[in-house]
Amino acid sequence: MHPAASVIIFTSLSGLGFGLLFFLGLDRPVVSGWVAFTFFLIAYALAVGGLLASTFHLGNPQRAMKAFSQWRTSWLSREGVVSVATLLVMGLYAALLIFADIRIAPLGWLGSALCIATVYCTSMIYGQLKTVPRWNMSTTPALFILYSLAGGALLSAQLPFALFAIVILTAIQILSWARGDMSFSQAGHTIETATGLGALGKVRLLEAPHSGENYLTREMVHVIGRKHGQKLRVITTLCLGIIPVAMLLFFPVNHFSVVLIIILHVIGLFVSRWLFFAEAEHVVGLYYDKR
Amino acid sequence: MTALPQTTAKKLGLVIDLDICVGCHACVINCKEWNTSNYGAPLSDQDAYGANPSGTFLNRIHTYEVKKPQKPAQIVHFPKSCLHCEDAPCVTVCPTGASYKRSEDGIVLVNESDCIGCGLCAWACPYGARELDAAEGVMKKCTLCVDRIYNENIPEIDREPACVRTCPANARHFGDFADPESDVSQMSAARGGMELMPEQGTKPVNRYLPPRPKADIHTDGDINILAPFLEPVAATPKGLLGWLDKALEAL
Repeated sequence: MHPAASVIIFTSLSGLGFGLLFFLGLDRPVVSGWVAFTFFLIAYALAVGGLLASTFHLGNPQRAMKAFSQWRTSWLSREGVVSVATLLVMGLYAALLIFADIRIAPLGWLGSALCIATVYCTSMIYGQLKTVPRWNMSTTPALFILYSLAGGALLSAQLPFALFAIVILTAIQILSWARGDMSFSQAGHTIETATGLGALGKVRLLEAPHSGENYLTREMVHVIGRKHGQKLRVITTLCLGIIPVAMLLFFPVNHFSVVLIIILHVIGLFVSRWLFFAEAEHVVGLYYDKR
Repeated sequence: MTALPQTTAKKLGLVIDLDICVGCHACVINCKEWNTSNYGAPLSDQDAYGANPSGTFLNRIHTYEVKKPQKPAQIVHFPKSCLHCEDAPCVTVCPTGASYKRSEDGIVLVNESDCIGCGLCAWACPYGARELDAAEGVMKKCTLCVDRIYNENIPEIDREPACVRTCPANARHFGDFADPESDVSQMSAARGGMELMPEQGTKPVNRYLPPRPKADIHTDGDINILAPFLEPVAATPKGLLGWLDKALEAL
C-alpha cells in the first residue's frame, strides 16, 4: 500500500494524543491549573492535528461531515463519531479541571475509555480489510492500542507503566512482523485464484491493461522501499524498545532522558507506521502480477 | 445506508467468456466513451498526450499467459470490471453512505454527491474495480450502465451495458442471475462459470467462463504426428562417428 504522509501522520499523532488523554483522564499525572492546561493542550494538538491530517488525502474534504453518518457498518465513520465524542467529553473534563479546579473522576474515566475506543476504531479501519492480509490480523488493533498507551505513558511521565507497555509493545510488534510475513500466503491468494485459471497451468501477466500506472497501482501496488524493510525493522526495534528500556532500567531518569526517550519513541513509531503501509500487500496486485 | 440489502429481487450481472475474448479492448473504449459522457463525473485522463499518461477506467483488460510444464503456453485475455458482489465489502466500509447496493437489482453504485473521496472502498475491493478520479476526487466504478439498461429513450437493442453491446466477439453477456432460466444463468451453469477469488467471501455476481480445453496433439510425447512414418534414427553411431564417440567417452 502507498505509505501516504497524511495517513502516517494521522494514525501516529492521533494515537499519541489519545494515549496522553487516556492518562490525563485517569488523573495521571495529578495536575491542575496551567500545568494541566499545558498537558491538555499538547494532547489536543496531537489528537486534533492527527485527525485534521487525515482529511488531507480526501478527494472532497468539504463533505467530511457526511462521514459521521454510517457508524452502523463503517469503522471509518465510527472512528469519526467516537473521536469527536472523546474530544468533547475530555474537553468538558479538562475545562472543569483547569478553570474551576473541579475533577469529576467518572467523567475522566469515561473519557479514557473513549480514548481506547477511538484508537481501536482507527486500527479497525485497516484491520477489517481482508484484501490486505498483513493488516487483517488480531495484532493490528493490539499494536495500535499499545503504541497509543506506550506513547501516552511517556508523554505523561508514567514511567513504570511506560516500561511495561514498551516491553509488551516491542514483543507484539516483532510478532506482528513475523506473522505478517506469512499472512499473504496463508490467506491462500494467488494469481491462480485471482484469475481462476489455475487449472490450466501456471499463470503470469503477459500484458498489463495499459502502458502506464493507474490509480490502483499507485495506491495499492507500492513496492518501493521494501528492500530496506529488514533494516527499518531493526531501527524500529532499537528506537522503540531496546534503547528506551535500557535507559529506563540502567540509567538515571531525569527530564532530559525522558525527552530523549520520547524522541526515540516517536522515531520508532513513524518508521514502524511507514512499514505498516509500505509492507502491506493488497490482493489486487495479483492481477498486475506484482505484490 | 451502507448496510447491504438482505436479498435483491434481481441479480443483474455479466457473464464474461474467457474462451472467446480476443483482447481487442473495444469494451474498454465503449465503456469509457459512454460513462465519461453520461451519468456522473466524467472519467478524466491525466497527461493524456504526454510522457506518463494515466486515467480513470471502469473496465480494463489484462492478458495472461497460462502454461503447464512441457506444454505450449496459452494466452487468455481477461476483462475485469465491477462484479457487483452480493457481500460487497466496498459498500459497508463507506463512511458517508455514498456507496450502496440497490435492493431492486443488486447493482452497486456510488452517489457522487455524497462521496468524500477517502478511497477506503477501493482498498476494500479485492478486484480493483473502483478508481478514484484524479480530477473530480470521487470514486468511479462500473454502474452496469444503469443509465442504458432502463433507458426508454434509446432503442431496445441498446438497453444493455456498453461493453456488452460493443463486444465484436460476443464474449460478454448481460442478464439476471437470480432467474435460473435466464441466458446468463444457463450459460454459466453449462460452462462452469467461476467466481474470482472466492476465498475473499465477497460472493461476486459476475461469472467468468473458463477457456475450453485446447486440442492437444502432444499428449503421447511425440514431437511430430508424422514421426512414426520417418526412418528410425540410429541409436548407436557407427563408422567414424562411432569411433569418435568411443574415443571421447574414453577420455
